[in-house]
Amino acid sequence: MEEVKVVNENENVSTDIFASAVNLTSPVQEVVETDKKEKLSYFARKRKEKKAEQAQMLEWKKDWWKALICLAPAMIILAVFTFWPIIKTFVISFFPDYNYLTDEFGGFGFESYSKVLTDATFWRAMLNTVIMVVVSVPLSIIIALLITVALNSIKKLQGVFQVIFFLPYVTNGMAFGLVFATIFSPMDYGLVNQLIGLFGGDPVHWTGTLVGSTIPYWAGIFVITIYAIWNGLAFKILVFLSGIQGIDKQYYQAAQVDSTPKYRVFTKITVPLLSPMIMYITITSLMGAFKSYSSVVSLFGESMGNGQDETFITAVGYIYKYFNNVTSSSRGATLLSQASAAALVLFVFILLITMVQMWANSKKVHY
Amino acid sequence: MDSELLTNTINSNTSSIDLANVTNLMSEASHSDVSVEENISKVLTKEERKERRAQAREQKKKAALQSKQELYFENDAQAKRYQRARHVKLGFIYAFLVLCALLTLIPFYWMINTSLKTYDELIRIPATFFPENPVFENYVTAFTTENGLLLRYIGNTLLVAVLTMLLSVVTTTLAAFAFARLEFKGRELLFSLLLATMMIPGEMMIMTNFTTVASLGGLDSYWALIIPFGTSVFYMFFLRQNFKQIPNELYYAAKVDGNSDFKYFFRVMIPIARPALITVIILSMIGSWNAYLWPRTVSQGDEMKLITDGLLSLFSTDMGGDTSNIRMAATTIVSIPLLLAFAFFKKYIMRGVSRSGIKG
Repeated sequence: MEEVKVVNENENVSTDIFASAVNLTSPVQEVVETDKKEKLSYFARKRKEKKAEQAQMLEWKKDWWKALICLAPAMIILAVFTFWPIIKTFVISFFPDYNYLTDEFGGFGFESYSKVLTDATFWRAMLNTVIMVVVSVPLSIIIALLITVALNSIKKLQGVFQVIFFLPYVTNGMAFGLVFATIFSPMDYGLVNQLIGLFGGDPVHWTGTLVGSTIPYWAGIFVITIYAIWNGLAFKILVFLSGIQGIDKQYYQAAQVDSTPKYRVFTKITVPLLSPMIMYITITSLMGAFKSYSSVVSLFGESMGNGQDETFITAVGYIYKYFNNVTSSSRGATLLSQASAAALVLFVFILLITMVQMWANSKKVHY
Repeated sequence: MDSELLTNTINSNTSSIDLANVTNLMSEASHSDVSVEENISKVLTKEERKERRAQAREQKKKAALQSKQELYFENDAQAKRYQRARHVKLGFIYAFLVLCALLTLIPFYWMINTSLKTYDELIRIPATFFPENPVFENYVTAFTTENGLLLRYIGNTLLVAVLTMLLSVVTTTLAAFAFARLEFKGRELLFSLLLATMMIPGEMMIMTNFTTVASLGGLDSYWALIIPFGTSVFYMFFLRQNFKQIPNELYYAAKVDGNSDFKYFFRVMIPIARPALITVIILSMIGSWNAYLWPRTVSQGDEMKLITDGLLSLFSTDMGGDTSNIRMAATTIVSIPLLLAFAFFKKYIMRGVSRSGIKG
C-alpha cells in the first residue's frame, strides 16, 4: 500500500518535470512559428531547411558507425533467425514441391494452400481452436475483472492475495499441464472424479487413455478451458490491478455522493476507464489462445486426443503435425510447403481477428 | 498498417510506463533521503525515538478518525447499520477472494500431495488430503529414471538459460542504446519494422530456422539452443523506453566533461537502468526454463533435451500403469527453481510482467 501512495505523490512531481521540459522546448517551436508568420520567400525557407538538414546529417555521420557497432550483434541474429525465416516461409508456401533436404524449390503454385484449405483435419483444428478461444478468453477476462475489483476494495491482505493470484505465472506451463492431467485423471480415484462420486455421478473420462473408452468432446474442452483460465488469470489480474489503481478516486467519490449503486459504478466508471487495459488484454489473450498448443499437448499427450485420434488438435498442432512428418519420415521432405501454408493461413486469421477487434474497440475505448 | 496499429497500442501502454519509470527513479532518489533520516535517528536517544514513534501513531489514529468523520450519520443507529452493511459486504468480498485463492492453489497442493504418496495410497478411494506416511521415494525414482537424465536436463537448461541471458542482455542493451541515444538515418523506420515482427507468430519461423540450423550442422548442439534466442525485440523495446527517460542533461554533461558515448553508456545509462536490466535478466531466464517447441525441434537425442521437453518424454502419460506420483515428484522438482526465483525477485518479476505481457 505504501508504495502505491509514494507513486501517487510522485506523479505530480514528475508531471511538473514534464511541464518544465515542455517549457524548455517551447521557444524552439515559437521560432518555427514566427518563421511561418514572417512569410519568408519559398527559397529562403528551403535554404534554411537544407541547412538544418545538413547539420543533422553531420550528427548522423558522427554517430552511424557507433550505431553500426551497437546494432550489429542483435541485427545479425534477427536477420538470420527472424527476417530470413519470415521471407523464406512465405516463399516456400508457394512452392509445393520444396524439398528441405536438398533445398530445391519445385514448381510455383497454390497447391499447398488448396491442400490445406480442403483438409478436413485443418478445419477441425480451426474449429477446436475457435471453440477454445470463444470459451476461455471472455470467461477469464470476466473472472479476472471480478477478482481485481474485489482485490481493489480491500486493504488487509491485499498483497498476500496478489502474490497468490500471481503464482500460476511463475510455473512451467508443461509441468502444470501434467498436474491438471493428474487432477482430471480418468480413473475413479482422480480428484475431480472423486468429487463427482461424492454427489453420486459417474466418473468421466477427462484426459489420458483408457481401454475401450474415448474422451467426450465437452469433457476435453472443459479441462482445456479450466487450465487456460487458471494459467492466464495471473497476468490479467496484474495488468487490471495496475490499471484500476490508476483511476482517479474522484470519480468514485462523485458516485458515492450521488449514492450510485455498485453495479452501475462498475459498468459506468470502472469498465470504461479500464477499457484500454481490457482491449490490450483481449488482444494479447486472443493471440495467445489462437496459438495454444503446448497446453493441449501436456494435457492429452503428443497425439492431442485419444491415441492417434487428434480429437483436440489445434491450429498450431496441425502445423507441427506436418512439420514433424517432415523431420521423421523419408517421404515428408516435401511436406514443409504445406506446413508453411498452414502457418500463413493461421497468421492471416489472427491478423484479421486482431484488426476487427481493434476496429470494434476504437469505437468504445475511452482514453 | 498493422505495424502502425501495433505501435499505437504499444505507445498507448508506454505512456503510463514512462510515468511509472520516472516515479521509480524518483522513489529511488527519495530512498537516499530515507537513509539520511535513518542516520539522524541513530543519533537520537532511545527516549526521543520512543516519543517520535508515539507521535507517529497518534497522527495515524487522527488520520483514521478523520477519514471516518467524512461520513455523516443522523444518529447512532444509522451509523451502526452502515457499519454492519459494510462488514457484511467485506465478508462477501473476502469469501470470494479466499475461494478464488484456494482454487488457484489447489494444483500446487495436489502436486506436492500426490508426489509424497505411495502407489497404494494414490489409488485409494476416498483420496487422502494429507499423505498418511509421506515417502520421498518418488523423488529418488524421478531422479534416477533412465540413469538420471532429469538431472542432466536441469543442468542443460541452466547452462542454456544463463548463456542465452548473457547474450541477449549484451545484444539488447547495445541495440536499445543505439535506438534511444544515437542519431542515425532510418532509426525510427528500423525500429517500427522490428516492432512489426513482434506480431508474427514464432511458429512461422521455427520451420525455416530448423532447416537453417540443420544445414549448419547444429542439431543436438548447445549453440542451436542459445543463439536464436540471443536477442529479443521486446527486451530491446523495453530497455529503449527506460534509456529514453534518462534526462538529456546527463548526456550533455557527460559530453562536456569529455566522455565518450560508450563511457556514458557504461557509467550512466546502465547503472540508472539497473532495475530494468534485472527484469530483463529474470524474464529471459524464465523464458528459457519454459521453452518447449524450439528445444524439442532441435534436440532430438536423449542427451541434449531441455527440462520441459525432457519432463514430457521421461514421464509421459502413456507409460502404462499409473505413475502419477513419480510424475508429480518430477513436476515439483521442475517447479521449485521458478518458485524460488519468484520468492527472491518478486518485485522485479511482477513489475516486469505488468509492463510486458509475454510468457516464455
